[in-house]
Amino acid sequence: MSIETLAPARASQLAAEFGLKPDEVERMLAILGRSPSLTELGIFSVMWSEHCSYKSSRVWLRELPTKAPWVVHGPGENAGVIDIGGGLVAVFKMESHNHPSFIEPYQGAATGVGGILRDVFTMGARPIANLNALRFGLPGAPRMKSTIDGVVRGIGGYGNCVGVPTVGGEVNFHAAYNGNPLVNAMTVGIAPKGGIFLSAAAGVGNSVVYVGSKTGRDGIHGATMASTEFTADSEEKRPTVQIGDPFAEKLLIEACLELMQTDAIVAIQDMGAAGLTSSSVEMAGKGGVGIELVMDNVPQREEGMTAYEMMLSESQERMLMVLRPGAEHIAERIFTKWELDFAVIGHLTDTGHITIRHKGILEADIPLAPLESEAPLYRRPTAETPKQPVLRADAVADPVGIEAALLQLVACPDLCSRRWIWDQYDSMVGGQTAKRPGAADAAVVRLEETSRALALTTDCTPRYCFADPEEGGRQAVAEAWRNITATGALPLAITDNMNFGNPEKPEIMGQFASAVRGMASACIALDFPVVSGNVSLYNETEGKGILPTPAIGGVGVLEDVALAMGLAMPEGAELVLIGETRGWLGQSLWLREIAGQEAGAPPPVDLAAERRNGDFVRAQILSGTVRACHDCSDGGLLVAVAEMAMASGVGATLQAGPDATPAHAHWFGEDQSRYVLAVPDAAALLAAARAAGVPATRLGRSGGEALVLPGGASISVATLRHAHEATLPALMGN
Amino acid sequence: MQAGIVLFPGTNRERDMALALQRVTGRKPAMLWHRDTDLPAGTDLVILPGGFSYGDYLRCGAMAAQSPIMRAIRDFAAGGGHVLGVCNGFQMLVEAGLLPGALLRNASLRFLSMDCHLRVERTDTPYTRHFQRGAVFRSTMAHGDGNYFADEATLDRLEGENLVALRYVTPAGEPTAAANRNGSARNIAGVLSPNLRVMGLMPHPENQVDPLIDGTDGLPLFESLAEALAAA
Repeated sequence: MSIETLAPARASQLAAEFGLKPDEVERMLAILGRSPSLTELGIFSVMWSEHCSYKSSRVWLRELPTKAPWVVHGPGENAGVIDIGGGLVAVFKMESHNHPSFIEPYQGAATGVGGILRDVFTMGARPIANLNALRFGLPGAPRMKSTIDGVVRGIGGYGNCVGVPTVGGEVNFHAAYNGNPLVNAMTVGIAPKGGIFLSAAAGVGNSVVYVGSKTGRDGIHGATMASTEFTADSEEKRPTVQIGDPFAEKLLIEACLELMQTDAIVAIQDMGAAGLTSSSVEMAGKGGVGIELVMDNVPQREEGMTAYEMMLSESQERMLMVLRPGAEHIAERIFTKWELDFAVIGHLTDTGHITIRHKGILEADIPLAPLESEAPLYRRPTAETPKQPVLRADAVADPVGIEAALLQLVACPDLCSRRWIWDQYDSMVGGQTAKRPGAADAAVVRLEETSRALALTTDCTPRYCFADPEEGGRQAVAEAWRNITATGALPLAITDNMNFGNPEKPEIMGQFASAVRGMASACIALDFPVVSGNVSLYNETEGKGILPTPAIGGVGVLEDVALAMGLAMPEGAELVLIGETRGWLGQSLWLREIAGQEAGAPPPVDLAAERRNGDFVRAQILSGTVRACHDCSDGGLLVAVAEMAMASGVGATLQAGPDATPAHAHWFGEDQSRYVLAVPDAAALLAAARAAGVPATRLGRSGGEALVLPGGASISVATLRHAHEATLPALMGN
Repeated sequence: MQAGIVLFPGTNRERDMALALQRVTGRKPAMLWHRDTDLPAGTDLVILPGGFSYGDYLRCGAMAAQSPIMRAIRDFAAGGGHVLGVCNGFQMLVEAGLLPGALLRNASLRFLSMDCHLRVERTDTPYTRHFQRGAVFRSTMAHGDGNYFADEATLDRLEGENLVALRYVTPAGEPTAAANRNGSARNIAGVLSPNLRVMGLMPHPENQVDPLIDGTDGLPLFESLAEALAAA
């Protein structure tokens, strides 16, 4: 059967429209040995898009450590898999949906949640928690209020309906995201060890089965859209955004997990970016087999769809599976029970090609091996970010005093209460959420019918990454490790979501390379490997890039959920600060919010100290001698103490820092690797710290209804809470 | 107690409910399917759990109220059976006509996931006998459509017949507007049928049954049921 190819001039014109570069077109022509058909051109353009091929980032990502004895599957599968003991594995990944969320905030964010859920349950894991990492522009920027509202509603609308609790996340506001907000969604699932499903197809002749929702014309070329910068006419790209149906997803979760109890499935993959194209190409490619698909059998939502449209559609809530021979009826019965579409749309072949037929016509015939092996891979030029000078603490005067600065800081957008957001997310469904949003440094979710729990967090400090991408990358990993440690859990592994600008600019590619270097150093020092991840480039609008944002999703394990540590200040405890305070004001929130500067080098992370301090704190928590624990991060020491006080309503009386450090630098400096512990007996803790070689200082005593500063000035916890809670409702209008 | 939890497409709090029942009875309840036309013999409690049945794409609970199993549940209730509807299950009970009123969009027009405090309005029911009269307990809500509505005559009748089971109140027990986050008429969080056997409520006491998770404030409701149905 012959194939209807495009005239060469038309092919090169369309290739440019689809985002293929001239050298990539040459490679495609060499592989095919002829001009492509429209469907083939579509397949090449999405498979070789930045989004699917990681062509600019792959050479750098190889530098990240991905192995540890507890890593079961690292990057390369739909999600990472780690052994968490007790015969269980955790399956998790974080993924961006930045470009769709900018164009259509509700659906963009909702389908981001849906996509990452599928990446996890396609591996056989029941999703038990969702988290997110969000970056918005300044709340007053054009369209930003509706973007924030839409993103939060979208995340809630999807997660609440599928019944997976949204237990944690982070939000920053900065002008650099005015034209390009970031929406990163993370899902964590649990499966029995040995119960993991992979995507490599096997068994020539086996049926290829389509399940889930019908295919429509939505999201065609979404992956290509996500691989370009935005311009003023980006609104015209709205038809490339997909529409989510969380109800269908819920049915798909239950149907897939039910089918996974049988032995019917050989391989399974969700249809995510680039839909049927990427799932079929990747499944067959990984398995080293060929695949033949008959488009006539694809369940279709609209009439008259072409093979090109069906292969490129990004309709949501769909999965592709390879079944063992004769198992079709088992799958069909389960999917019919759950009222989902089920169709055999093809079979595996021994040709090594993907062939697509529709209405008796051969629409595509592409050899799979070169489609992957010849995929473009760029080592793009990099330019290092110039180092910033270290800002001396005594070089910045305190313009307002400690109490006024504290009140202003706890109310600023980057530090104010996130209650307005998390009140819209069901964080309790499942009945296993031991530490809800705001209760601890990381969310803690128990594993059903066990005493074991996972501690989960997302972290990144983009202003540090912009000032020094290597330090910032290191700090992002360290902070995730620290937040998990502060709950008493042992940090095990991370997923990363690399959000950067246009990689064709050397300074952006330089940010990327440096951030990876910093992350890798922390991953190695902290035994905290990367097991999955996602890269989002071209986060630019009108040529202005975002702050480099390597968001880290961390997972740790706690063997006894009863030991999970919260941050709420208890009555009548002694407060001890673990870690060293030098008063590092460079890139601090105090410097930005109070002194009006974004300047200086960011605080460095001493990885040896990080490890030592954290291991000490975790051991103390697990020994049962700690009543509350909170790390010092944005806003520094006094903000950390205030956050503990606001969580319970209990105040504290604080001791002065060393004379040599200016008071504002002592209280608001953002030195790393520090924790505030509330304990019954400070002397015992100080002695244990001394023995372990860990810096520890007496900080004060909890009690009362105010924070009493050295010298007697005091600020009531109620006043702090009022300021802390008022900001987001006031910004959002309710 | 022979409890059955009904699964509809989109139900998502069935596991929470099963764990709560298991905590007081020591065994797993039966899971029933929406297409079933009969209840298992010996069933003495049917629970319609929370979730988004049929995606809540039509009026919440309206599709589920037309399910095959609802005919059997109506007969069961008419025969004096115990039926508890929580959140989406409460919405199904009003859509099925087993309880009066309707549940409208929250007054804020936003999904609300937060703590709430509930005052127990009577303790002589199978659902509340383990509470003290006037007791206030903490629970959580998680819904977009929990704003209880009925016409004034119906509300007066519910009050007159003492069929309001639970009200949203402050921790001190005051039914203020601020404590009534979803905007429900007269702060109503839960209502009873005249024979006190059918109850619907919006909050999720099944999430407050475990000291290691979110405290045990909701446990008396399940202990009440276990005792009432053990005696039956």
